[in-house]
Amino acid sequence: MNVTIVDYNSGNISSVINSFKEVAKDKVNIEVTSDLTKIKSSDKVVLPGQGSFKSCVDGLNNISGLVDILNEFAINNKKPLLGICVGLQMFADVGFEETETKGLGWISGKVSKIDNQNGKYKLPHIGWNQISIVKDSKIFKDIENNSHMYFVHSYEFVPEDKNVISATTDYSSNIVCSVEKENIFGTQFHPEKSDKIGLKIIDNFINL
Amino acid sequence: MLKNRIIPCLDVKNGRVVKGINFLDLKDAGDPVEQAKIYSDGGADEICFLDITASNENRDTIYDVVDKTSKKCFVPLTVGGGVRSVEDINKLLNCGADKVSINTAAVQNAKVVEDSSRKFGSQCIVVAIDAKRNDAGWEIYTHGGRSPTGINALEFASKMEKCGAGELLVTSMDKDGTQSGYDIELMQKISSSVNIPVIASGGVGTLDHLVDGIKSGASAVLAASIFHYGTYSVNEAKQYLASKDIPVRI
Repeated sequence: MNVTIVDYNSGNISSVINSFKEVAKDKVNIEVTSDLTKIKSSDKVVLPGQGSFKSCVDGLNNISGLVDILNEFAINNKKPLLGICVGLQMFADVGFEETETKGLGWISGKVSKIDNQNGKYKLPHIGWNQISIVKDSKIFKDIENNSHMYFVHSYEFVPEDKNVISATTDYSSNIVCSVEKENIFGTQFHPEKSDKIGLKIIDNFINL
Repeated sequence: MLKNRIIPCLDVKNGRVVKGINFLDLKDAGDPVEQAKIYSDGGADEICFLDITASNENRDTIYDVVDKTSKKCFVPLTVGGGVRSVEDINKLLNCGADKVSINTAAVQNAKVVEDSSRKFGSQCIVVAIDAKRNDAGWEIYTHGGRSPTGINALEFASKMEKCGAGELLVTSMDKDGTQSGYDIELMQKISSSVNIPVIASGGVGTLDHLVDGIKSGASAVLAASIFHYGTYSVNEAKQYLASKDIPVRI
């Protein structure tokens, strides 16, 4: 099996690579590439994302044909795809970080700044927070409710259809921190930095 | 609920841990990779490396340490010391650091903070502030605490927030190494004047000091000696904080 981590200049992806390689051992081939042919032929795709919504969308658009290939992979062929952090946020129709920017539009909704309640909550939301699992998700197999995950973000995904939400976390309000829509999975937290429990989520995705 | 973080810090020189080591099962006491692994297995919420390598020819040793650590520890890794430019930051991130802390370069040229936070995201840019009390409040120092700057620490903290820093690592030079507790007033003043998380550093000698640090408004507490010398394990520290009703990840 081939799992491809999309390399599109979205910031620091070395931790994502290290964690997937740790979980995959020699059983699964982990490819890190922006090569369209390789992405197309892989079994699963991971879409990481750091920095701003706009910089990540720009990164995707700067590689000619990449968005089309991702659409084909996730929407037409319905193959499993995992978005992490801004990778998840880009599923939305639109994001408002830096400036209004169009997203991939895979899951209707928007990405807006977390309400810090006039400074009551520090931003970025950095650190370990518990997730509240609200729906069975395949990537949460053997993951206990209220497990701690590592977060670092200032913006949140607000999907229109609440049925896609698989987990939330409490920071200022109930922030959407995981989604599942058919073959599309996303985590706002960083499984690659969430110790053994995070690696288990990666393992679940690899074994889908 | 967001938990308060406990961050053990390791001083690394020429690729080796400098401060003491009392772990019984350690094969190589000076190996930062192995020590970091013990910390992360023990429940550390993050690991911090401070590179204090003096000579330029040995500066590349930290990249190797970061690379190896990031393949073994799956909690966030912050690396600081000697970071001069956006290129240095890029190199550390590519080796597997999750955050980079900037001290002297941030004071000398705020543009490094602006440019790097724009390029890599605020989440990976930590500005380290070394502050010492004076008549007017606190003055920041650079070059590992050797050079006074005349700059007020509170003003500098706000400036760094505006430049795009994602966190501030605040060390009291008066308290550092004394084991007499954090400079609580400094932590309170800076935490309440910025809207980004503050990591308290400098002066921890007991577990109550960690409690005081969190109560001062810091989001995280950093400590070196009490963990290095095996006075307390990270897990003991967390259990103690929990017993004082401070939310931690256990």
